Parts: sequence; C-alpha cells; structure tokens
Amino acid sequence: MGSVFLHLHPKRVTEASVQFNRTFGLGGMAALLIVIQIITGVLLRFYYAPYPAEAYNSILFLKNQVLFGQFIRNIHYWSGVFLLMIAFLHFIRVFFTGAYRDIRNINWLLGLVLLILVVLLNFTGYLLPWDQLAYWAITVSTNIIGYLPFAGETLRTMIIGGKELNASTLQSFYAFHTAVFPLLLLLIVTYHFWRVRKAGGILTQHTSEEPVMIPVVPNLVFKEVIVALVLVAALFTFAVFFNAPLLEKANPTFSMNPTKAPWYFAGVQELLIHFNPLFAAFIIPFGVLSFLALIPFLQYQELPNGIWFISEKGQHSAKSTAKFSAVLTIICIVLNQYILKFEILLSPLPAFVSNGIVPLLILFLLLTVFYRFYLKPIKLNKEELVQAAFVFILTAFIILTLTGIFFRGKDMELTFPWNI
Amino acid sequence: MKKTQDKRVQPKVKSSPLKVFNRRDFFNTVWKGLGLLAAFEMAGIFTAYLFSGKRKSIPEPGQLIEAGLAESFAPNSVTPFMGGRFYLARQKDGGFIALSLRCTHLGCSIAWEEKQNRFICPCHSSAFAINGEVLNPPASRALDFYPVMIDNGLIKVDIGTLKERNSFRKDQLQYA
Ligand code: FES
Repeated sequence: MGSVFLHLHPKRVTEASVQFNRTFGLGGMAALLIVIQIITGVLLRFYYAPYPAEAYNSILFLKNQVLFGQFIRNIHYWSGVFLLMIAFLHFIRVFFTGAYRDIRNINWLLGLVLLILVVLLNFTGYLLPWDQLAYWAITVSTNIIGYLPFAGETLRTMIIGGKELNASTLQSFYAFHTAVFPLLLLLIVTYHFWRVRKAGGILTQHTSEEPVMIPVVPNLVFKEVIVALVLVAALFTFAVFFNAPLLEKANPTFSMNPTKAPWYFAGVQELLIHFNPLFAAFIIPFGVLSFLALIPFLQYQELPNGIWFISEKGQHSAKSTAKFSAVLTIICIVLNQYILKFEILLSPLPAFVSNGIVPLLILFLLLTVFYRFYLKPIKLNKEELVQAAFVFILTAFIILTLTGIFFRGKDMELTFPWNI
Repeated sequence: MKKTQDKRVQPKVKSSPLKVFNRRDFFNTVWKGLGLLAAFEMAGIFTAYLFSGKRKSIPEPGQLIEAGLAESFAPNSVTPFMGGRFYLARQKDGGFIALSLRCTHLGCSIAWEEKQNRFICPCHSSAFAINGEVLNPPASRALDFYPVMIDNGLIKVDIGTLKERNSFRKDQLQYA
C-alpha cells in the first residue's frame, strides 16, 4: 500500500514545489476526500434502498438503528461538501498562479470537467434521501431544463423519466451517483495527476538558478501526512457536531416555503430570480463555462511565471475589479428586486427580451464603461485582462451565492440572515 | 542576386502522386473502421437499453375521481383533493374547474390562501386567481387543469389527462 502511494510521486522534486503555500495541498486534499467518499459511500450502500417508498425509511433506520449509521452518513455528507469547496479553491489557486498554460492546458480542461463532475455527484446524491428538501430542490432544478427552447421539455422528461419525479428518477440518480460519476471521476483524476507529473510537477516561480532537488521521502510525504491528518480531524469534528440534513419524507402535495436550491446552486437560483430562465440557467452559465474553457488557449505573449496574480499591476487591477464587481452585483440585486422590474416595465415585450436581453445588454454596457475608463488606461497585457475578467465573474458568482444562501427568506424575499 | 538564381536552379522535389497503400496501412484502416463501427453499435445498444425501459408517462384516460355532488360546493370556493393532486375550484358563476397543484413556473405545489382569494406558490411567490389565471409573475402560464365531467349532478375528475393552457378561457369551465 505504501509503495503504491509513493509511486504517485517522482523520487525527487524541487524544493520550491513542496512549499505549503505554493498549492496549499488542495489537490492532495481533494484526492483524499474522494477516497473517503468512496469508502463511506460503499458503506451506505449496504443499508440504502433506492425506491421512493423505502428510501426515506432506510435512512431513518440507518440513523436510529445502525451503530455509527448517523456518523458514517455525516462523514459522507460533509466530505462531499468539503470536496466541492476544496476542488473550487484548487481551481482558483491554479488560475491565479497561472498554472493553466502551455503544457498544462489540457489539465485545466480536465480540472473543469472534474469540478462539474463533483457538482453532479453532490446533486445526484441530494435526491437520494427522498425527503422534502431533496424532492423540491430537485423538482425545481430539473424543471428549469424545461425552459430550454425546442428540446427542453423532452430532455427534462428523459432525465427524470416522466412528468414528475418518480421511481425511475430515483433509480437513475442512484445509478449515476454510485456508479457512473464515481467511475468517471476516478479515471479522470488519475489522468489529471499523471499529467501534472508529465508537466514536470507543480508550477513554481521561475528563477535563474538551477532548482534545488530534494528527495520526496521524507520532505514531501511528511507534509502530506500532516495535511491529511488535519483534514481528517476537521472532517470528523464536523461529522460529530453537525448532522447531515434530513427533513420529513417527501410530500408531492406540499412545498416548503422557501424552497431553496442546494447551496452550490444558490447562485444560479439567485440569477433565476432576476433573469428569464433561459438566460439564468443556460446562456449565462454556458457563456461563463466557455470562457473558462478557453482561458488556456488565448495565446499569451509572456511565459507563465508562476507568480500569484501575475504582477504588481495584476494584483491592483484584480483588487479593483473585485470591488467593482461586488458593488455592481449588490446594487443590481437590490434595484431589480424593488424598483427596476423589467418584466413589468417592459411588459409588452416577450419575457426573454424584457427580462433577458435587455438587462444583459445593460450589464454589458456597464462593463464596457468600466473597461474603457479603468482597465484600458492602465494598459494591462492579455494575461492581466483575462485575470480581470475572471475576477469579475468569480466575485459576482460569490456574491450571488451568498445572497441566495443568507439573504433570501420566506417567499424568497430579500431579508437579513437573522430573520431567516 | 545570387540567391535568387540559386532558387531557380533548385530542383523541384517530386512527391509521388499516388499514395501507395501497403498492407500495414490497409489493415490499420480496416481495424480502425471496425473499431469505430463497434463503438457506434455499443452506443446504439446502450441508448436503446437505457431509454426503452423508462416508464413512459402514457396518459391513462379513465382515471376518474369522484369529487362529490355539485351542489355541495359553494360558488367561489376551493376544495383540495390531495390524493388526486388537484384543487376543485367553483367559480362565482357556478362553473367548475379542476386545477393542478403544480405551479407553472418551476413545479412547486401551490397553496390556496382563503383570505387573499388567490393561490400562492411558496417557491418564488407566483400567484394565481381562482380560475388559474396568473396574478403575479414569475409564472407566465395559467395553471394546468384536468377535465371535469358532471353527470346527474355528480362531479368526476379525469386525473389521467392533464391539460396545459396559456390563459383562462370560459369554455374550460363545466356547469352542472
Ligand atoms: S415554482 Fe412557483 S413561483 Fe417558482
């Protein structure tokens, strides 16, 4: 076992690449969490019954009758949450150190696919307990698919296997959650790691001196073991003190108020309140994903230097873009909620124009102004410009997500967190 | 000057016009073709396998629910039938309509609010009138409904056939 583990590493690595603050050990943590997910997931399968009539009761049985049942379920739940967060942080780290370019471009794409897979795993797992939370969150999210033009309704019926959530939805989500997605994840993760090695290890800052090579044992492995132990300790603490949520059994005739999407979709749900579904759930997310996928292929002049935020100028422009984006997003949310209701103001127009094209155009206009009067005068190079765009999207996404989680109460109206 | 001359003198490299297929190339192509064919077949089999078994939502007409006698419902009243997943709504003029529970925005279950005289969706606060018409966005379509049949004063609702509509029309009502 030990030697298998060691084979993931080369014999010697550069001294700079084992610095903790180079990577924060995020990729390694994600790998460990995947292992924990698989172990606890397999354990859960011994008790779980994937049928609407029995699923909920099997979870109750697990909670109340099985020794450590609740604990194993909690670990599975929290390691899923941790995995998504850590994968996300890893993605941000890789972007801001520029470790996506040249030979690493394919790995950036693989990383994006992995991130999406982790979201899908979380999402399919969400339905399995068949409680109120699961039932309505999945109902709302799958209904969004129905708004796709032309094939939307057919696609939705295909995914959930009927007009409403039913036994075959549960069964296929179960198959995806416990077989299809985990297998894909394992295959791609392995390749992902292999490509890091092929690219010559972790991207470090360029120096003129010959890098100092040090043996992996004990230098790197020692640090990895510490990170792993701390992570496992944190996870267990969470699992002891915070139970994975479980509400009443799913009741198709009664919706909770409010019905919120799972937290990683809270941003998209917030967008749905402001934009026509076609824009909120397809055009905008698809645009963002295509931008992310294109990032490594934009032909940069300079070589990647492995410096956080590229340069001094990069740092400054990133900071002010983040501020601009945060303020703009908050203003837009509040304005649209209370004053500028495009659907009503422009009511003769079809909904996807009044509440899709129009607000999007206004946003683009504001962005152009920001570019023209701030970004352009300070003369950024292409890399720094791409970074500014990334920062803008990232900040807006975080603000939207936080709003959805903490500032939406009864009837999905805006409130303060202490009133929820 | 000299350079240009050199260029002119350079002999043209003759590339063989005919690409000769040797045996190895030939077999390689055949294998690739066969592999592709096999992949397609597999994909076909998988899709057929996965989608033919899905329980299709074939409307089952004749799933009738007896809701009761027409005179037992007051005009301008709403009675929930949770087992059949509909509200039986009697309009002011005495007409009946069986409204689906599903909000037309994203499918949450609506609730009848007696005091406000409207259906309210808890998810994104769409509101609907007693005849199913939209009173408040984000929903943009009137509530779906099930056909109502009244024979000898007895109300029956066909919950096998869901009817979709954009807005309310008078002929969607049934009278005793
Ligand atoms: S589902 Fe009813 S308002 Fe959105």
